[in-house]
Amino acid sequence: MELNDFELEIQSGKHGEPRRLAIEHQIQIGRFFDAKKLIEISQVHIMADTEALGLSGIQFLENISNHSENERKVLVPTITDPRGADFNSYKRIKQNKNFIDMELRTVNAFKKLSVMMTDTCINYQVFMPPVLGENLAFGDTGSSIYANSVLGARTNFEGGPSALAASLTGRTPMYGLHLDSKRLANKSFKVSLELNNLSDWGALGGIIGKQMSSYWDIPIIYGINQKPTSDQLKHFGAALASFGSTPMFHIDGITPEAYLNNKISSANKIVDGTDLKNFYNSFLPDSDKLDVVVFSAPQLSLDEMRVLSEIIDGRKIHPDVSLIVCTAPSIKVLCDKNNITQKIERSGGIVLEGVCFYNMHAREIGEANGWKRLMSNSAKIVNILGGYGYETILSSMEKCIDSACKGKIIHG
Amino acid sequence: MDKKIFQGHVGIGKTLEGIALVANDNFSARYDLNRQKGIFSRRSHKLFNQSYVNKILVLNVAKGGVATAWMLKSMVDRLMAPKGLLLNVANPIIAQGAAHANMVLIDRFMEDITIVINSGDKLKLCPENGTVEILT
Repeated sequence: MELNDFELEIQSGKHGEPRRLAIEHQIQIGRFFDAKKLIEISQVHIMADTEALGLSGIQFLENISNHSENERKVLVPTITDPRGADFNSYKRIKQNKNFIDMELRTVNAFKKLSVMMTDTCINYQVFMPPVLGENLAFGDTGSSIYANSVLGARTNFEGGPSALAASLTGRTPMYGLHLDSKRLANKSFKVSLELNNLSDWGALGGIIGKQMSSYWDIPIIYGINQKPTSDQLKHFGAALASFGSTPMFHIDGITPEAYLNNKISSANKIVDGTDLKNFYNSFLPDSDKLDVVVFSAPQLSLDEMRVLSEIIDGRKIHPDVSLIVCTAPSIKVLCDKNNITQKIERSGGIVLEGVCFYNMHAREIGEANGWKRLMSNSAKIVNILGGYGYETILSSMEKCIDSACKGKIIHG
Repeated sequence: MDKKIFQGHVGIGKTLEGIALVANDNFSARYDLNRQKGIFSRRSHKLFNQSYVNKILVLNVAKGGVATAWMLKSMVDRLMAPKGLLLNVANPIIAQGAAHANMVLIDRFMEDITIVINSGDKLKLCPENGTVEILT
């Protein structure tokens, strides 16, 4: 790889050991993907929940944080993905104290690097939305696919070690989604169905995601006859990225780079109501028993919180069922201010901030609370949690809340 | 005589030998594994309930989210990791995780690597030149 003078200085160790290790990591990744050089980035979003980090990851962060300030401080604005514990509410979900201690160590290490603890996966809704052509290092599949597709910014999936490296060097290897040629669609779909709610948008993302053969497939979607909202595209993208490991999509007439794709000559694959029904049915359980309802993955926007609070207001969650809602800390403040949190909690729901259900040691909290059967309106989370031993059901927000109040799964 | 050496893209890590565990299925540390027990835990995965510890995993593509990038190192440090990874197509996350964990990874072979290698084969992986050799 071609390195400029500053990058060579970093490689020589002149700017400290953490930055030297960071650029060596980036050179290794760059070579693997045939990058010719590094490219400067303007912001970093880093995923580092303690379940993923493990003790070795925490020690890795602490080792960096023990260097002098000029060697350890990030070079570009760097923010965090959801954490593994909500310090205010962990006891309510019987989270092991060991996880809280791990979380504290991680937060302390990040703060010494001058990382801003935003603890959100919806940074594109609550922090600093990227702009067309901006090069980034985003470390959450949902935030990456949204930034690439809806905003026209440029990022690969940057896992924790690489996002951290990018924050320490201010650059990232120039390959994949940073290149014009890798952003064009190679698969096309014609949607012929009505999308009535957020779970339908997520289901559509899942249906298309399952047909992506690898990270390097980019779909273009035709036939969307409505102007989607940010939340709808959020659920669509998060599910597409989850099921397909897909970093970008185009929607004809909606997303900013869709016009760059010539009509793909091969026949569009049709996605219709039968596909949607089959997708929901693939999560159908063999009984109506229900343990927990989760709204998370991605964290809920202020408007999702508002809608949820209006549906649940004045009702009571069944004593045999838990209902958990996860949002960003900055959204939680607004929910408190607007009586949204209170409506949800009065009904028996638990509002968590700065976390996402699946990255807060989901297996262990499931065992501690006896949660096995989980219902959500997030196609992403019902996909992820299968590997954690949960039986998952996908449904609309309304049906999820109806079910939580009835104490059993309400179909429809 | 059957072909014994397969060419992929230059990979990550250092030369090693080990026993293959193969499936025409995909890989994500978060989505597919019980990392405490060292087994595949997603019921729909073709390697469900099988131990991956100290095996060379031979799978189709890297899928799922970004957590694998941290998790591989944690698995290595707890001695609950695969010995190496051979994929038809890697994604950035698995490459970043392999680099961070110093785990061997090779992808982009001329053949479908999940067909030409069988579970139980003894393999020699040379990521420096992107080759895999079946020893026995």
